[in-house]
Amino acid sequence: MVSYAYVVPLLPLFAFGLQSLFGRALGRATAWVGIACLAASTAVSLAVLAEVLRGAEAAVSWPWLSLGGATFSMGVRVGPLEAAMIAMVTFVSLMVEVYSVGYMAGDAKFNRFFAIVNLFVGAMLVVVLADNFLLLFAGWEIMGLASYLLIGHWYHDLANARAATKSFLVTRLGDIGLLIGIFVCYQAAGTLDFAVIDAGAASWAPGVATLAALLIFAGAVGKSAQVPLHVWLPDAMAGPTPVSALIHAATMVAAGVFLVARTYPVFEASGTALAVVAVVGGVTAFLAATVGTVQADIKKMLAYSTISQLGYMMLGLGVFGYAAALFHLLSHAFFKALLFLGSGSVIHAARGEQDMHRMGGLFRKLPLTGLTFIVGGLALAGIPPFAGYFSKDEVLLTAWENERWLFWLGAATAGITGFYIARGIYLTFFGRPRDAELYTHAHESPPVMAVPLVVLAVFAAFFGWLGSASLGRLVQAFLALPGEAEPEAAWYAAASTIALAAAGVVAGGLLYGAARPELRAHLVRVLRPVYVLFREKWYFDHLALGATGLGLAASAFVGWFDRTVVDGLVNAVAWFTGVLGQASRRLAVGDAQAYMLTMAGAVLVGLAALLGLGVSRP
Amino acid sequence: MTGVLTVAVFAPAAGALALLFLPAGRVRAIRAFATAVMAVPVAAVAFGAALFRYGEPGLQLVDRATWIPSLGISYFLATDGISLVLLALSALVGLLACIASYGIDERVKEYFVVLLLLQTGVLGVFAAQDLVLFYLFWELVLVPMYFIIGIWGHGRKEYSAIKFILYTMVASLLMLVGILALYFLTGAHSFALPDLVRAGAGLPAGIQWWLFLAFFLGFAVKVPVWPFHTWLPDAHVDAPTPGSVMLAAVLLKLGAYGLLRIALPAFPEAAHRFAFTLALLGVIGIIYGAFAAMAQRDLKKLVAYSSVNHMGFVLIGLAAATPLAVDGAVFQMVSHGLVSAMLFLMVGVFSDRFGTRDMTRFRGLYTLMPLAATFMAIASFANLGLPFLSGFIAEFYTLLGAWPVYPTVVAVAAGGLLLTAGFNLWMMQRILMGAPLPSQAGTPEMTPREIATLAPLAVGVMLLGVLPAAVTGWFDLPVREIVARLGGM
Repeated sequence: MVSYAYVVPLLPLFAFGLQSLFGRALGRATAWVGIACLAASTAVSLAVLAEVLRGAEAAVSWPWLSLGGATFSMGVRVGPLEAAMIAMVTFVSLMVEVYSVGYMAGDAKFNRFFAIVNLFVGAMLVVVLADNFLLLFAGWEIMGLASYLLIGHWYHDLANARAATKSFLVTRLGDIGLLIGIFVCYQAAGTLDFAVIDAGAASWAPGVATLAALLIFAGAVGKSAQVPLHVWLPDAMAGPTPVSALIHAATMVAAGVFLVARTYPVFEASGTALAVVAVVGGVTAFLAATVGTVQADIKKMLAYSTISQLGYMMLGLGVFGYAAALFHLLSHAFFKALLFLGSGSVIHAARGEQDMHRMGGLFRKLPLTGLTFIVGGLALAGIPPFAGYFSKDEVLLTAWENERWLFWLGAATAGITGFYIARGIYLTFFGRPRDAELYTHAHESPPVMAVPLVVLAVFAAFFGWLGSASLGRLVQAFLALPGEAEPEAAWYAAASTIALAAAGVVAGGLLYGAARPELRAHLVRVLRPVYVLFREKWYFDHLALGATGLGLAASAFVGWFDRTVVDGLVNAVAWFTGVLGQASRRLAVGDAQAYMLTMAGAVLVGLAALLGLGVSRP
Repeated sequence: MTGVLTVAVFAPAAGALALLFLPAGRVRAIRAFATAVMAVPVAAVAFGAALFRYGEPGLQLVDRATWIPSLGISYFLATDGISLVLLALSALVGLLACIASYGIDERVKEYFVVLLLLQTGVLGVFAAQDLVLFYLFWELVLVPMYFIIGIWGHGRKEYSAIKFILYTMVASLLMLVGILALYFLTGAHSFALPDLVRAGAGLPAGIQWWLFLAFFLGFAVKVPVWPFHTWLPDAHVDAPTPGSVMLAAVLLKLGAYGLLRIALPAFPEAAHRFAFTLALLGVIGIIYGAFAAMAQRDLKKLVAYSSVNHMGFVLIGLAAATPLAVDGAVFQMVSHGLVSAMLFLMVGVFSDRFGTRDMTRFRGLYTLMPLAATFMAIASFANLGLPFLSGFIAEFYTLLGAWPVYPTVVAVAAGGLLLTAGFNLWMMQRILMGAPLPSQAGTPEMTPREIATLAPLAVGVMLLGVLPAAVTGWFDLPVREIVARLGGM
C-alpha cells in the first residue's frame, strides 16, 4: 500500500476535476462525490500509516522534464512524517467536508464550495508527499489559490474579495522568499530532490545553509501566519466557517510548519536559522494570544489562537523539538478543527451572528455544541488530560532545556490562552442571554454537523494520551529524527505551565462569570494603554496598510513618469525631428525619389561610420 | 527541399492575393476563405513538426534556392527547434486572431488581405535563414500592422499607428545598418544566417560591440525593452482586438527571437560584455511594467504593460545564458504568446459588451458571465505565474537558471512577482468580484465563436503548465547549442 501513496492526493484532485466539469449535472450530489473520494483517500492514508508504523517506507518517482542538461523528476516519498500528516489531513478534512453538507446547505454556490475544498485538500497532500521542491512549491501555490477562492467565496461583498486578495498577496510575499530559497538549494545541491538536499545540507557552507533556511522560513512565515506576515489570517474569516476549520487545522497554516520540518536538515545545518525560527515562533505565540484576549468576534478569537499555537510549533522546531512540534501540529489540528466547526455551529444557530457579546446562555440551547466546544477549549488551554496539554507541554519542556526565556514566554502565553478561551466559552455559552431574539431562535445543528463535532471531540480529548509518558510517548517516538533526544521531565517546569494555564482559565472564568461588569470596565480603564495595544493588534495591520499605500503610490508615480517623462522624451525626439524636417524642406524637392535617396544616403553614412570604426579599431 | 516552410510562409500571402478577386460585399465568404487560408500554416507547421527529427542538431526542413548569387543572397527557409515552436505559436495565434476578426465589419476585404500579409511576414521572420530575406519579412510585418491600427483601430488610432511605425522603422533601419556592416566587415560573401553568425564571432571585440549595439537597438524596440516601450501601450490600446492579439502574442516575440538568433550568438564577446546591462534592463522592465500596469484604469493598458513586465523575464534569461535560463526564456516567449492572446481576447469580449475598458465601470463578472470570468481568471492566474499554468514553468526555470549568474537581479525579479500578483489580483477584484452593476443586467455570455478562440489557448496554457516537456523537447537542444556558442555554462 505504501508505494501507492500517490493516489492519496490524486483522489481529491480527481474529485475536483469531476466536480468542476460536471457540477451542474451532479447538483447536490457534488458534495458526496467529493466526500466519497476523500473518504477513499482517508482509507488509503490510514492503510499507509499502518504500514509505516510497522516500519515500511517508500519513494516513487517518474522522470518529468529534461531541460538544459538536467533532469527533473516528480514523485512522492513516504516516511513517518508524511504518513502521519496525510492521515491527519485526510481525516480532519473529511470531517470538515461532511460537516459542510449541513452548514452550506442553503448556499447558492454549494457546488463551487465543495469542488474547491477538494482542490484545497489535494494541494495540501501534494505538499506533504512531494519528493522535490518544485512539486512542493506547486502544491503550495495551488493551496494559496484554493484558500483565495474560498475566502472570497461570497465575492458579491467586496470586503470578502479584499480579504481574499490580501491573503494571496501576504502569503505570496513569503512565497517569494521560499522561491529564492529553492534557487539557493538548487545551486548548493544541484538538484531539487529532498533526498539529496537532506543528505548534503550538513556539508554546505554555513552561510549558504543559513541563507537557504531563512529564505525557506520566509515562506513558512507567510503560510503559517507568523509575525509579521500573520495579518492575512484574521481576515481569512471572510470565508464560510468550515473553510476556516480547513485553513486553520488541516491545511494551509499547517503547511508552513510542515515545510520547516520537511527541510529540517537545512535548518539544522545553521544554528542562526533555528534561533530565528524559535524567536519568531515564541514572539508570535505571545503577541497573538494577547490580541486574542480582546476579540469580540468568536472566529477572530479563534484565528488569533491559531496564530499563537502555530507560534508554539515554530518555537518547538527552533529549539530542536522536532517531534514535539509535529505532535503539537497533529493535536492542534484536531482541537482547532473542532473549535472552528463548533463556532460554525454556534453561528449557524445564531443565524450569522459572530459577536460573542450578543450571545450568552447558549449552552442550554446547544448542549452538544457547547460540550464539544468546551472539550476543544480545554485542549487549547492545555489543561490535562486533554490533547493540547501533552503536546504543548512537550514543546515547552524542550524550550526549557534549550532556551529558558522562550520557555517563560511560552508559559506566559499558556496562561493568556487559558484566559481568552475561558472568556470566549463563558461569553458564548453561559451567563444570561444578552440577545433575547437570538437566544429564542437558536437551535442545535443537524446530525450531519453534529457527528463530526463528536468525532473530533474524541480526538481532542484523547489523542494526547498517545504522546504521554505513561504510553511510552508513541507519537514522538514515531516522528522523532534519528538521534533526537526526548526532553527531560522537569516536573517544576511542567507544573508551572499547568499552573499558569489553570490560573488563566480560572481568571477568565471569574472575571466574566462571577465578577460584576463594573470590575471589567474598571480594569480596562486602568490598563488602557495595554488594552489599546491589544485592540489595535500591536499595529501590524497599520504596517500592512502602509506597505500597500506605498505600493500604490509607487505605481501612481510610475504611471505618471511613463506617460510624462519617458513617453514625453520619445515625443520630444519626434517633434525635434519634425522641426528639422520643416527646416530642411527648402532643401528637398518634394518627390518620393528624393526622399528615398536621402534615406539611402543616411543608411550609407551610418554604414560608413561603422566601417570607419571597424578600420580604426582593428 | 520539403517545401513545408515555403507553403506555411507563403500560403497567407497567396491567400491575400486570391482574396483581392473576391467581391467586397461577400463578407461571409471572405471571412471563411481567410480562415481557411490561415489554417494552412497550422497544418503545414504540424506536418513539419511531424517530420522534424528532434534529436538532431542544426537546421531542418530546408528550402533553399539561389536568388542573387553575386551578392550571396539566397532564398533560404529552414528551422531548428526554437524557430519551430515559434512558428507553431504564430500559426495558431494567427488562425485564432482571424476567427476573432469576424466582428470587424468595415472594409472587411482589405482587412483580411492585410491580416494575411501580416501572417506571411511573421512566419517568414521565424523561418528565414538568410538575413536579407529576414529583413524583408521583418519590414513586411510593420506595414500591415500600421494599417490594422490606423484604419481598424479606435481612439487616437492615427497617432498610435504612426508612433508604432516610426519607432519600429527607425529601429529596423539600425538593424539594416548592422546587417550590411556585418556582411561587409566579415567578407563572408553570404547573407546566410549560419555563415554570418559564425563569421561575426570572429570579428574583433571592438567591432562586435558596435554591431551588437545596432542589432540590439533594432530588436529592443520590438521586445520591447525598457525604456523603448512607450509605443506599446498606445499601439495596443488603439488597435482592434485581433491586432492587439497579434502584436502581443507574436510581434513582441520577433525582437526576443532576433536577440537569441542573431545578436547574441553572432557577437558573443559583445554579448558577454553587455549581458549584465541586459539583465538589468530586464529586471527594470519587470518592476516598472508591474507598477505601470497597477496604475491603469484601462483594462487594455493594464494588459499591455503586463507584457513589458513579462518580457523582462525573457531578457534576464537570455542575459544569464545558462541552458536552464535560456530554455526558460524561450518557454516564456511561448507562454506569454498564449497568455497575452487570451488576455487581449478577453478584453475584446468585455469591451464589445460594455462599450468601455474602464475597470471602474463594470464588475461582478463572476456572477454576470461566469464562463467569461473563468477564462479571464485562468489567463490572469497564468499571468501571475501560478503553478500548473505555463507562465510559472517559464519564470521558474528562467530564474532558477539565472540565479547563479545574477543573484541580485534574480532576487529583485522574484520580488517583482509580488507586484505581478498585485496588479492581476487587484484587477480581478475590481472586475470579476463584487456585485454586477444594475445597468449591466442581461449582458450576454460568450458566443461559441469567442469560446472557440479562447478554449485552445486555455488548454495550451494548462497543458504546458503540467507537461512542459511537450515543447521543451523541441528547443532544448538548439538552446544548448547557442549557449555553448556564448561560452555559457
